[in-house]
Amino acid sequence: MTATGTGITRLAEVFTTAKAEDRAALIAYLPSGYPTIKGSLGLLTQALDAGADLVEVGLPYSDPVLDGPVIQHAVDAALKGGVRVRDTLAIVEQLAERGGRAVVMTYWNPVLRYGVDAFARDLAAAGGLGVITPDLVPDEAGSWLAAADREGLAPIFLVAPSSSDERIASTTAATRGFLYAASTMGVTGARDAVSDTATSLVARARTHTDLPIGVGLGVRNGAQAGEVATFADGVIVGSALVSAAEHGRAAVARLTTELAAGVRGQHTGR
Amino acid sequence: MTSASTASTASQGLAGTTHEPDDTGHFGRWGGRYMPEALIAAVDEVAAEYEKARHDPAFLAELDRLQRDYAGRPSPVTDARRLSEHAGGARILLKREDLNHTGSHKINNVLGQALLTKRMGKTRVIAETGAGQHGVATATAAALMGLECMVYMGEVDTERQALNVARMRLLGAEVVPVTTGSRTLKDALNEAYRDWVASVGHTHYILGTAAGPHPFPRMVRDFHRVIGLEAREQVLAAYGRLPDAVVACVGGGSNAIGIFHPFLDDADVRLIGYEAAGDGVATGRHAASITGGTPGALHGAMSYLLQDEDGQTLETHSISAGLDYPGVGPEHAFLADSGRASYEPVTDAEAMDAFRLLCRTEGIIPAIESAHAIAGAVRLGRTLGPEATILVNLSGRGDKDVDTAARWFGVVDPESLPTEEPPPAEDADGAVASGEREL
Repeated sequence: MTATGTGITRLAEVFTTAKAEDRAALIAYLPSGYPTIKGSLGLLTQALDAGADLVEVGLPYSDPVLDGPVIQHAVDAALKGGVRVRDTLAIVEQLAERGGRAVVMTYWNPVLRYGVDAFARDLAAAGGLGVITPDLVPDEAGSWLAAADREGLAPIFLVAPSSSDERIASTTAATRGFLYAASTMGVTGARDAVSDTATSLVARARTHTDLPIGVGLGVRNGAQAGEVATFADGVIVGSALVSAAEHGRAAVARLTTELAAGVRGQHTGR
Repeated sequence: MTSASTASTASQGLAGTTHEPDDTGHFGRWGGRYMPEALIAAVDEVAAEYEKARHDPAFLAELDRLQRDYAGRPSPVTDARRLSEHAGGARILLKREDLNHTGSHKINNVLGQALLTKRMGKTRVIAETGAGQHGVATATAAALMGLECMVYMGEVDTERQALNVARMRLLGAEVVPVTTGSRTLKDALNEAYRDWVASVGHTHYILGTAAGPHPFPRMVRDFHRVIGLEAREQVLAAYGRLPDAVVACVGGGSNAIGIFHPFLDDADVRLIGYEAAGDGVATGRHAASITGGTPGALHGAMSYLLQDEDGQTLETHSISAGLDYPGVGPEHAFLADSGRASYEPVTDAEAMDAFRLLCRTEGIIPAIESAHAIAGAVRLGRTLGPEATILVNLSGRGDKDVDTAARWFGVVDPESLPTEEPPPAEDADGAVASGEREL
């Protein structure tokens, strides 16, 4: 591994690089273990090679309450295939060894069970940059914030359209790396239109923080990515890539290329 | 049977106690809010509205009126004299929540939360249900108050509790069979959360047990405290003494916390919860979260949880759909840690023996959930002897379980029943041979 700096500083570089190029960063989610452990490493590598600036490696969990049917199906299949927490860490390590930047997206109980300190230590050692926690709010994150700080990892929390200004303030204060703005009230899944609520949420969040803001939930194509890139620092794509993954590496590469053009404002529309 | 009236009313359950969680819902290291940010505003609203409501005389009066004139409270306490002969001669007192409207304790909580839904100006309610008792109660309250109602129920449970599915639909609710995961109660909760994230503007989630994120464990408990408040008063009035033990079945734990809570300061009263041990805790096919679980966060709270070494939720097994859940309410985890309450397993076979025993000795067909508590009380009575008095929460009636029980005991031609897997021929401990299942 040639990379230097903490996870937080390397994550910041993702956004400063994109900003220098006057574009948004593309953040691609794919779960570990789907369709197989080796296959998921291949798909994540493909996403990075095709233009994703950062990947979110999903850690499969039995009760993904914030996920829609596409991701539920993929993580169910991954768990049935026997994927373990340590496999997710190993995938992060293999991505990092070839220079890829990766954060982990995980529901909180697998981390609790692994041990919060141990997980932070092992993820940092693997070269991971941070953790997105869809069902952990800063109010319950005391031990995680301490461990992440110790290991230089970014704790990445979510804000939602329903978040009050007070909660946006307290959530952004605990967040490092980038803020995850959920574009809409609902579970993950590709949608035909990016909700209007996303623009107002990002605007509200900007009054509380200078952190880069990534927008996720519902983005499925280059045109939508281009739209989100006009007001966000990062465009997060999950379900659409997981759907593409059902059709193999080439489909993931095609969609990633389209999305990468989108975040550069180069997409021709569809 | 005790007097039909008590001084205790439902609203007294909301008056506040000396056993409260902290401001963010922690009972010691348990509870809290392990949940998506998107729903924090909603649970904050519920907490604020509940706090206002419990100090509002009009709300409290309406709750008491409904519990009395609609649900039929207070529920009586029955001295189960013939059952006593099988329980070492101990006096067994049954708190008859099975006699409430809709047939279980669940109505206590649902009427309270439905009133709260109206106060918040929301027009739709959703609920999860396992055995269907909470779903039926929610559908009932929704019909009464003119609310749209959708109930999520694991597909496995819609099959084994078909009667309650029909009841909910007759009451105007939409029942959604959940086909993800293990297709039981935990998956119904997942789907209810997914609905709520997208519908929270006009929808209240009537969580059915004393679990989930703050304020649900405390609020649901308060709506059920009337069980213990009434029973404590009824037993004192009839026998001039408190019971030696108060026992209840524990799945999520709402009926148990409701009857336990008013006895917490009575140091001489033992509190025992009976968890569903399925085929036996040692077999791994069970739902005994405290007996066989470890600390973890699921569905909004830190509590005991049945999980594997990676923190994945384990599939549970119980003959009782209402207890077939891998978690438990956080206040039970707290009471278990502190030693104030104890929790013991009861297998499917033990519960079904108790089911038959209560039918034959008292003419009461219990819910299979409640039969776990009866089994525990009989076991306890045999150790405590004839001087003891044991108060049992008979949390629900067994009409919904007639198919399951008929199959277990082989009392009807199996071909006349809907298709379902047959029960195992023998329980894991070998304690009950199939021949003994004859009713």
